[in-house]
Amino acid sequence: MFDTAMTANDLLFLLKGAGMTLAVTGVSVAAGTLMGVIFGVIRVQIGPWWAAPLTFLLDIFRSVPLLIQLVLGNAFQSIAKLGWAPFTTSCVILSLYTAAYCTEIVRGAIDSVPPTTRRAARSLGMTWAQDMRFIVAPLATRIALPSWIGLTLGVMKDSSLVLWLGLIELLRASQVLVTRLQEPLFILSICGLIYFLLSFPIARLGGYLEKRWSPND
Amino acid sequence: MIEIQNVRKSFGSLEVLKGIDLTVQKGEVVTVIGGSGSGKSTLLTCINGLEPIDSGRILVDGTEVHAKATNLNKLRQKIGIVFQQWNAFPHLTVLENVMLAPRKVLGMAKSEAEAMAVKQLTHVGLADKLKTYPSRMSGGQQQRMAIARALAMSPDYMLFDEVTSALDPQLVGEVLDTLRMLASEGMTMICVTHEMKFAREVSDRVAFFHKGVMAEIAAPAELFGAPKDPELQKFLAATH
Repeated sequence: MFDTAMTANDLLFLLKGAGMTLAVTGVSVAAGTLMGVIFGVIRVQIGPWWAAPLTFLLDIFRSVPLLIQLVLGNAFQSIAKLGWAPFTTSCVILSLYTAAYCTEIVRGAIDSVPPTTRRAARSLGMTWAQDMRFIVAPLATRIALPSWIGLTLGVMKDSSLVLWLGLIELLRASQVLVTRLQEPLFILSICGLIYFLLSFPIARLGGYLEKRWSPND
Repeated sequence: MIEIQNVRKSFGSLEVLKGIDLTVQKGEVVTVIGGSGSGKSTLLTCINGLEPIDSGRILVDGTEVHAKATNLNKLRQKIGIVFQQWNAFPHLTVLENVMLAPRKVLGMAKSEAEAMAVKQLTHVGLADKLKTYPSRMSGGQQQRMAIARALAMSPDYMLFDEVTSALDPQLVGEVLDTLRMLASEGMTMICVTHEMKFAREVSDRVAFFHKGVMAEIAAPAELFGAPKDPELQKFLAATH
């Protein structure tokens, strides 16, 4: 009835690719989020005028297709003789790409904390840092979470583009198997299923946190 | 003692405080009345250092609020302020709202801060709401929580900025009762209010602001009984 030439070793090969997808996504989202938080706070603090150069730079990363960024980034590291491995290049470019989007999420979330609430915190003698840590951070995190989850899921899927730099992540591993086994529908279905299994827990975590926080708001 | 000396303050081309002079002694209750845009609320935020001033001086116990060398965060610990909008921290319970500043600003131990918070919340009649989130409470209860939150810092002075203006009429009474209680306990207070009966009842002195000028200041019996300033006469006629 249903017959496939795919072996357990092939499945393992796919799972290794999924591991690479997770690694690239994990590093990029972690570094990109950290940079996004720093850039977002800077943008709010120094105002749009002084932040214009930073905003312009981040706009480039948001506007240029990721594939072009990866190819140009790889060419740049090669010309500059940085000697980066494809994994490093991929993570650096994806981190900057993530940071560009995350900066906007963070800026919007901080701006959405009512200034009067912040003023109340400062009137109690809290410093700027205490206000940011104990009032702004928890409130802004709730607002930013759904967008950040969306960004993370997007980056996970966009990470498939790093195959152009020669990294064997999930999609590239699937392509290799498709070429060899000539069973594209079956292999791509498994590939899609693995992407879903990687994404689903992250989406659910977001849903859980939103639900847990919402009764208090 | 709070000393306000010839304070001027503008927002753009609009001068909202035009040379205010006022001294508030320890233990005194001064209420500030006047129409919208008369500069009453701005004065309070200037005393707390939340707004800069253009000229003049404000001294709190001899410390100049707007001097560069003044540590505003430290000074604000002795000047509590409660706003028209209570500005609860929505992610914290009532108890946590009140405990936060004593713990983080004053460095109190958790148990000590909790005891202080419970004491102040009991004081304002919210002992049964400790674990409640602000969103589950009425405006009046949230405003009393904001008062407890300011009191938990053991301030020497309390500034109230139209604390009943955003409340439904039936909730105004409970907040005014809390202010009356504080006044009777000897707290030094400056209250910006539209509640004339309250001003008459609790104040040692009442100041009338009109277009950025303190047009008249006197004991309540005198100010309400025999107002001299023509604008004050009009204002009182309109509010009675």
